[in-house]
Amino acid sequence: MSAHLLFSLYVFVLAIFIGFEVISKVPATLHTPLMSGTNAIHGIVLVAAMLVLGAAHTQYQTILGFSAVVLGAANVVGGFAVTDRMLQMFKKKPSVPKDGNRNG
Amino acid sequence: MGNHSSLLPLIYLLLAVLFIVGIKQLSSPKTARNGNLLAAFSMLAAILITSAQEKILTAPIMLIGILIGGGVGLLLAYRVKMTDMPQLVALFNGMGGGAAALVEGTELFEKLGAHAPLLLARTIPMTVGTAIGCITFSGSMVAFGKLQGLIGPKASKSFILKALTLAFAAIILISATFFLIRINPLVYEVLAVTAFIFGIVMVIPIGGADMPVVISLLNSFTGLSVAFAGFVLRNNLLIISGTLVGASGTLLTQLMCRAMNRSLSNVLFGAFGASPGGKGELAVSGSPSSNGSIKQISLDDAAVLLAYAKNVIIVPGYGLAVAQAQHQIRDLADLLGKKGVEVKYAIHPVAGRMPGHMNVLLAEANVPYPQLHEMDEINPEFPRTDLVLVVGANDVVNPAARATKTSPIYGMPILNVDQAEKVVVLKRGMSPGFAGIENELFYNPKTYMLFGDARETLQKLTAAVKEA
Repeated sequence: MSAHLLFSLYVFVLAIFIGFEVISKVPATLHTPLMSGTNAIHGIVLVAAMLVLGAAHTQYQTILGFSAVVLGAANVVGGFAVTDRMLQMFKKKPSVPKDGNRNG
Repeated sequence: MGNHSSLLPLIYLLLAVLFIVGIKQLSSPKTARNGNLLAAFSMLAAILITSAQEKILTAPIMLIGILIGGGVGLLLAYRVKMTDMPQLVALFNGMGGGAAALVEGTELFEKLGAHAPLLLARTIPMTVGTAIGCITFSGSMVAFGKLQGLIGPKASKSFILKALTLAFAAIILISATFFLIRINPLVYEVLAVTAFIFGIVMVIPIGGADMPVVISLLNSFTGLSVAFAGFVLRNNLLIISGTLVGASGTLLTQLMCRAMNRSLSNVLFGAFGASPGGKGELAVSGSPSSNGSIKQISLDDAAVLLAYAKNVIIVPGYGLAVAQAQHQIRDLADLLGKKGVEVKYAIHPVAGRMPGHMNVLLAEANVPYPQLHEMDEINPEFPRTDLVLVVGANDVVNPAARATKTSPIYGMPILNVDQAEKVVVLKRGMSPGFAGIENELFYNPKTYMLFGDARETLQKLTAAVKEA
């Protein structure tokens, strides 16, 4: 087993634990935005897609790589934008319009 | 990798830390938006730095691809209605999974073309990553189709589908093994296509109500697939980010299942009715109450009940989300407030089409945040409440979850609306909820049924309250 692979495995295993730890307590309110936010983060695959498209030699590879870039870009941009749109809704809380606070 | 090779991993480490902090902040209401922006910033940095390093962004094809994908993503993200958010997440997730599989495929063909040696250290993550990526891609598309109403949302218990699922799983395993022993592009393509079909037959039988859990699961799958792409490309940033999503996504899926008192295997392999002691016992548990009859109420009578109540708790559910009636419910609540009625909203953890979705919808309609109450907070208040208005919610207010041991939803935390003085249930028809079981609440003597589309009925109800 190469040193590089071994190192990657270390990283992989430790990242699993961090992933579990980091969201231990999430209010149900945030389940959907959190899912959407992590959905955007795996859009990092765009970086990989750009790397393989950059290295493509044949037409077949170019088509595959190009498709990967398109899908990955949509994942990243759309993912973050939609998450921000969701979270924006929560931000409106303090400036409640009109007669909002009558039950407060 | 040239002479930057010592610097790039350090930058990647920093960006990975930003992702971790971003996710951490996303899981707390105060910092959530900040966390998302932080992660987005880290992503942008990762893309730019990688591009600069590899000098690839200048290639026109790269820019065209990013512009097309990014443009479509942005357009969808800002065009889609808040109620349709869940399927959009499914769509983006599928795209990510597809991209991961394509990356692994491109890398394989590149290495084959260059006659480079392919060790198991690469082919194993390549195989697993491709299979998962293809499953996520097609599975997410089916989930999207179901939530969007393109595919029938009903759960199916067809044995043929189950048999097919098993058969395709077997083909995936066999072709994967074969590929690992003897690298062959054709076998790889068979593997990818089979995994694609497997994703379809896996998600098709699952009912529309369980889609949030499925999307969350597929989200963590995509994370894993991306992590495997990281192994293939020897890129630690991909491994860390993908794994983070894989692990946190798995935990989130479990949290969602817990909120519905269901196990993941139950969601994936058995629709409610199919669980042991399903239909037969359901009928039994439903029957004593079915002896009673339901009472309908007219719009005007319901308006009078609402207008002259001291306090009203509104329980919004899936039906409200589907009918996109969040603005109408707010109008009604505002009017009641003006009339001196104390109005609160009771939000069940899984109300809407996804956990937390109802809060987003009501926030969109500018419902004052102090009026929203979570289940544990509001449950003690039901006995002191004059009237509960249930809009398009069913299983989350079914007392059987508290009392009927044989009921499939027994033990699921519910809103105790049956303890209120009176209950008005606004519903499209008498069809059962996701669980496919009768709701005793509807037969309760203090319950009045008001049938109709949530949006239209709420409009009429508001008008009637004005008159009352």
